[in-house]
Amino acid sequence: MRIVAEHLSYTYNPKSPFAAAALKDVSLTIEEGEFFGIIGHTGSGKSTFVQHLNGLIRLPSSLKRYKKPKAKKGQPLPPQPVLTVGTFDLADKKTDFRALRKSVGMVFQYPEYQLFAETVRDDVAFGFKNFADGKPTKEETDAAVRAALAAVGLDYDTYAEQSPFDLSGGQKRRVAIAGVIVTRPEVLVLDEPAAGLDPLGKREVMELLHKLHREWCKTVIVVSHDMDEIAENCTRAAVFSEGTVAAALPPRELFRRADELTALGLDVPLTAKLCAGLMRRGIALDCDFTTEDFIRKVLERAPRRADREPGALPPEGGEA
Amino acid sequence: MTAQSGAAFGRFGLRGGSNMKAIEFCGVSFRYDEESPFAIHKLDFSVEEGEFVAVLGHNGSGKSTLARLSNGLLEADEGEIRVFGTQIARKNLYDVRKNVGVVFQNPDNQTVATIVEDDVAFGAENLGLAREEIGERIRFALQAVGMQQYRTAAVARLSGGQKQRVAIAGVLALKPRAVILDEATAMLDPRGRREIVEVVSRLNREEKITVIMITHFMEEALLADRAVVMNRGEIVMQGAPADIFERQEELITYNLAMPRIGYICNRLRAGGLPVANTLDSETLAEEIARCVS
Amino acid sequence: MKDVSFGQYYPADSFLHRLDPRVKLLFLIAFIVVIFVATNFYGLAVCAAVLIAIILFSRVPVGKVLRSVRGIVFLLLFTAALNVLFHKGDTVYYQKGIICISLEGIIFSVFLALRLVLLVLCSSMLTYTTTPVALTDGVESLLTPLKWIFVPVHALALIMSIALRFIPTLTEETERIKNAQLARGANFESRNLIKKIGAVIPILVPLLLSALRKADELGDAMEARCYTSGVKRTKYKKLTLTWRDLVAVLVCAALIAGVVLTRVFLGAPY
Repeated sequence: MRIVAEHLSYTYNPKSPFAAAALKDVSLTIEEGEFFGIIGHTGSGKSTFVQHLNGLIRLPSSLKRYKKPKAKKGQPLPPQPVLTVGTFDLADKKTDFRALRKSVGMVFQYPEYQLFAETVRDDVAFGFKNFADGKPTKEETDAAVRAALAAVGLDYDTYAEQSPFDLSGGQKRRVAIAGVIVTRPEVLVLDEPAAGLDPLGKREVMELLHKLHREWCKTVIVVSHDMDEIAENCTRAAVFSEGTVAAALPPRELFRRADELTALGLDVPLTAKLCAGLMRRGIALDCDFTTEDFIRKVLERAPRRADREPGALPPEGGEA
Repeated sequence: MTAQSGAAFGRFGLRGGSNMKAIEFCGVSFRYDEESPFAIHKLDFSVEEGEFVAVLGHNGSGKSTLARLSNGLLEADEGEIRVFGTQIARKNLYDVRKNVGVVFQNPDNQTVATIVEDDVAFGAENLGLAREEIGERIRFALQAVGMQQYRTAAVARLSGGQKQRVAIAGVLALKPRAVILDEATAMLDPRGRREIVEVVSRLNREEKITVIMITHFMEEALLADRAVVMNRGEIVMQGAPADIFERQEELITYNLAMPRIGYICNRLRAGGLPVANTLDSETLAEEIARCVS
Repeated sequence: MKDVSFGQYYPADSFLHRLDPRVKLLFLIAFIVVIFVATNFYGLAVCAAVLIAIILFSRVPVGKVLRSVRGIVFLLLFTAALNVLFHKGDTVYYQKGIICISLEGIIFSVFLALRLVLLVLCSSMLTYTTTPVALTDGVESLLTPLKWIFVPVHALALIMSIALRFIPTLTEETERIKNAQLARGANFESRNLIKKIGAVIPILVPLLLSALRKADELGDAMEARCYTSGVKRTKYKKLTLTWRDLVAVLVCAALIAGVVLTRVFLGAPY
């Protein structure tokens, strides 16, 4: 499903002393099949944008009481916001938002805090039952839960009957993710999926996302603060800043503009820092900013030596 | 090992060899209940006054238990814990906590009051100080964390990093001699994390406050005098951060990862580029440039 | 991110905002008593005059103030209708069974409605111009004498202020959990009551767990900052009276005197 957003704006607490513009005329397209990164400070509008994608925040024109604005004399109407996800038109009142939510799964920050059921099975089955047409049989439900648990690397027979609250932090998060992908959404959105995890947990989550991207969900959208993760994993990334999209580019091009990112107060990946440092010393390195590519490109420049050996295990989140 | 620790402690020699220990664990064991494994097992560990120690470890390695034991929120099953020379006991918890402040993980769950200054005042109020003194301490504490202009702001409107700075100020209002940060950066964004790391290293440098920083962000440990790695309730590695991060294989066995920069150094060396070990990106760029040309 | 403003505090810097919350609380109590002391329209006119002055001095937009009456429109209409229909009077316009519409009835219902409106407006002026925190401080200070009969005023006040402090946090948390369950297809709009109650569980359980976790962590954080029950605490914030409070007291005295005078000298009811 292709996601197209045009002229999206949103203000929290409009018409009050606490009014705060979260999105200002944002336009962004995410192609089907992307592993898309969203970067920005807290409060840059990235969470607000993401919540539009499954209709948790609705466009004004999709609300019942919406009235079409009338053009003032001599002034053309401002461009109307557009948001489509695949065939869903989110600006339309008649859109089936339930069906949309089935196709666009959303994993919030610290998703383990949203677990509620007595057993892992019931919790994962919650979304499946909610979105099913009619009442699914026990076999259908169990099969779906089994598949979803397997996808996040948990064994059904071991965990299905356990209370989710008895699991470890990392396992809880996996269960929560299983509870979202159980409906086999085409688009999976994750807000800071690795927040609060230790290095090993982080690496496991990133590996899990790649697996889901390959096997379950065509498009994966990750909101992240970790620039190294973005550089290693994403096909493209959008930079949100003060409610606007400052750039939406593949990491290879995005991090070449490291100075601009720094000016926005954002980090850049280590590889981009190193490339910039080398550039200042007269060495232009054309790498795509993944750790592996950086190492390869540097070694290509090295004076020839015969005894080159492959490296040890990759660091946190590193993908070979 | 000894040579490394010697280097780490070098700066305290300059201060005239005060060998008062801020925190000292002697054979301490603790478990949350009888059936569960020991969260801390026969631990010997000490922190010099004025030192900045980073405690690393994966989730569940016992590092948070260490923080809670250090200021009497938990009671050791076995062994002795001394804080600035005093052994922790039920009757002196008050004095222990006055000396050792703890900042916790969740920025939303440790402020008591709605307004910043009221929250910072809380600890000082508990000490029964006079109003003028409390006012003075609020001023000092907010200044120390760089939040003086937010004195009358509502806590709920602050960013995560700012909330944690207020939490640090709330601890500083007790005028503690040591501050423990129990994964205080875990829930923050990079900007918030930077704020906290800057604040605590300044406190350590300028106010001479002993800092114990519990974290699983390897990069944050770089500023410390000494890094300690915990696994299964025991200390398994310690030394200067730079030396610790060289021992990649060992770190991996404890479910930790070396900082990405260390990994790149190692890989480049393995590929035949003789770069020196460093944890600073600018230095590494310099090294690469030197080796390549 | 999303701003959760609670209560109806309207931030501004005005004479009223700067008044001591205790004075405002006592003023409100006096105002309510006086409204019931007033037995004729002259008395209410005095009250209304004072209230209008208050509204003008508060810098809260008049529209916003009037909106607070909206909540009681139904109550107003209902009591007015009852009085118009059933209040017995001399100048009868219509009578059938127990229904009796009279001039006196109409005047009386107008009088009652006015009382109610004044009451609501004055109390909302208190909440518009006083933060919940200041209100708690004011209540605590006014209740301090109860300490002598072993009421733990201080602990109660701390509980209240912590509760206030956590309202925005828990509101945000509720919003977050609700969104997460909505994303998993939860349906909170069912008309069926049983389904409606069932739908709340996926929100209630995580919220409860979260609240318990928060309480636990907050308890640790408070203990780590030397809080123990029974500790002899001092208080940093002390409410102090200024010339403004004196002005308010004088206005209050004038109000009481004015209303009493109207009652004594212009005694005829309505």
